[in-house]
Amino acid sequence: MRNPLSTKVQELKPSGIRKFFDLVSEMPDAISLGVGEPDFETPWRIREEGIYSLERGRTFYTSNAGLKELKKEITKYMKRTIGAKYSLDEVLVTVGGSEGIDLAFRAMLDPGDEVLIPQPSYVSYEPCALLTGAKSVIIELKNENEFRLTAAELEAAITPKTKMLVLPFPNNPTGSIMTKEDLEPIAKLCIEHDIYVLSDEIYSELTYGTKHASIAALPGMQERTLVINGFSKGFAMTGWRLGYVCGPEAIVAQMVKIHQYAIMCAPTNSQYAGIEALRNCEKDVKEMRTAYNQRRRFLVDAFKKMEIPCFEPFGAFYVFPCIKEFGLSSEEFATKFLEDQKVAVVPGTAFGDCGEGFLRISYAYSIEDLKLAMSRFRDFVEALRGEK
Amino acid sequence: MEKFRKEILKFLERHGNVDLEELGVLLGVSGAEVANEVATLEKEGIICGYHTVINWDSAGVDKVNALIEVRVTPQRNEGFDKIARRISNYREVSSVYLISGAFDLLITIEGKTLLEVSRFVSERLSPLEDIVSTSTHFILKKYKDFGTCMEVPNKDERMLVTP
Repeated sequence: MRNPLSTKVQELKPSGIRKFFDLVSEMPDAISLGVGEPDFETPWRIREEGIYSLERGRTFYTSNAGLKELKKEITKYMKRTIGAKYSLDEVLVTVGGSEGIDLAFRAMLDPGDEVLIPQPSYVSYEPCALLTGAKSVIIELKNENEFRLTAAELEAAITPKTKMLVLPFPNNPTGSIMTKEDLEPIAKLCIEHDIYVLSDEIYSELTYGTKHASIAALPGMQERTLVINGFSKGFAMTGWRLGYVCGPEAIVAQMVKIHQYAIMCAPTNSQYAGIEALRNCEKDVKEMRTAYNQRRRFLVDAFKKMEIPCFEPFGAFYVFPCIKEFGLSSEEFATKFLEDQKVAVVPGTAFGDCGEGFLRISYAYSIEDLKLAMSRFRDFVEALRGEK
Repeated sequence: MEKFRKEILKFLERHGNVDLEELGVLLGVSGAEVANEVATLEKEGIICGYHTVINWDSAGVDKVNALIEVRVTPQRNEGFDKIARRISNYREVSSVYLISGAFDLLITIEGKTLLEVSRFVSERLSPLEDIVSTSTHFILKKYKDFGTCMEVPNKDERMLVTP
C-alpha cells in the first residue's frame, strides 16, 4: 500500500508535553502542577447564559465570523483594555485562540517566508508554521532578560525573508510580560523592516501589578498586527473553545475564508456565553486575578527560600525556576521528581530547546495544593543537594 | 479604606484559619506587618470574630434553625435599637437584622429540636412587650451559608498535564 501520510505531517514532531502526560497518567495519585488551564470553573452567570441559549433553541450556525453582538462586545473590550479601535469587519470569532494562530499563519505565510518565534513559548507556533511551508526562525529568550524579547535579539534574527514576528506575551511558560516601554523598540524595528506581528495575548487578563500592554496600540502598529485573544484563560472558559482575532480587514477577511471552509463558525452557545463574559464579568475576573497573584507570590517566595533561582514573573499563571545547579536535564529532573515525590511539573524543554534547565510550574491550583507540592519540592532538592 | 487593610479583611473573611506569616507572603509583605494590622483591626472592632462554616447535617448532629420575622413597636428616642439589643442577648439567637419591608426585625435561631425552637418563640420572644407579631420559618436545608456552598466541591477534572 502507498504511504497514506503527507510529508509535511510526518515532519511534525509530537508535542513534548504529550510524552510527559503519558508518564503522569500512569500515576493516578500524583499531584500535578502541570496544567495550562485555570482551576476555577467558569463564572456561573456565563454558564447560565450558555444554558439559556440552549433553552431558547439557539442551536444553529452563526455567521462565519461570529455573532454580531459578540463582535461588538469584543471591539468595546479591545478599546477599554488595550486602547485599540476595531471595526466589526476587523474581528473574527474563532474556536479558541489556537485556531486564530493556525489561520493567521495559513493566511499570511508562503513557503520560503520566515517567521520569527521567540522561545520558550506555546507549543503550536512552530508546527503550524511548518504546515504552511514557512521557515521558523527561533529567537532564544534569556533568563537574564527575564525572558522578554529585546530589540537586539530581534534585529539579529531579521533577514529580507522575515515576514512575521510572533509575540507571545504574557508568556506561557515563563510568565514573562512586555511593558509598553519594552514593546516600543520592537515596534520600531517591525515598521522599519516591514514585518507583521502576531501578538498572542491570550493571557492578557492575567498580569499582576501592571496592566497588559499590546503592541497593536502603539503608533503605526495596528495596521500590521493581528491580536489573538480569547476567553479560555482570563474567563476560565477553556472547554468552551472560544477565541478571537482582531486585525487589519484585508487579512481578517482571508482568515474568514479558511475558517468558513474548515470550521463554519465557533460554537453558538459558547458565543452567547462569551457576550455575557465581556459584559458583566469584570468582577469575577478580578477575583480570580487576585487569587492567582497570591499564589504567584507564594511560589516565588517558596523558591527563594529554597535558594532556587526564579525571576519574579508578572503574567499568566506560571513560574519558571532554573534547576541548572543539579546537573540534570529538565526532563530528567521532572521525571525523577515525579517518580520520587509524585508531583508533576513540565520540563522547560517542552516549550523549546532553550527551556533546558528550567521547569514550568503552574499556579492554577489551590494554595493547599501548592503548599503540599512545594514541601515535596523542598524534600526533593534537599535530597539532591545531599547527594552532591 | 487603605488598600492593604481591605486586602487583609477580604482574605480573612474567606479564610479565617490562615497563618498570618503565610498571609504576609500571599500579600507581599512581612508576617509581622500583617499581624500588627490584624491586631489593630481586632482592637478597632472591625474584625468582630472568627468562625468556621460547618455542615452539621453531614456531621450527623441534629440542629434546628429558624428564621423569624418580627414586627415591633419602635420606641421614642430608641427606635429599634433597644429591643434589637435585648433580643440579641439570648444565647439561642444567632443573628438579628433590622430590615426594610413588611416587618422590622429578622432573627435567626438555633436549637436542638423543633420543640425547643417553638418554645423559645412562644415563651420568650413573643411575650416581649414591644413585639407585635412573629412569623417563624424553619430552615429545611442549607445550600449555601456565609458565601460557602455546602455541597462537596467538584473533583478536579482537568487533564494532568496540558500545554
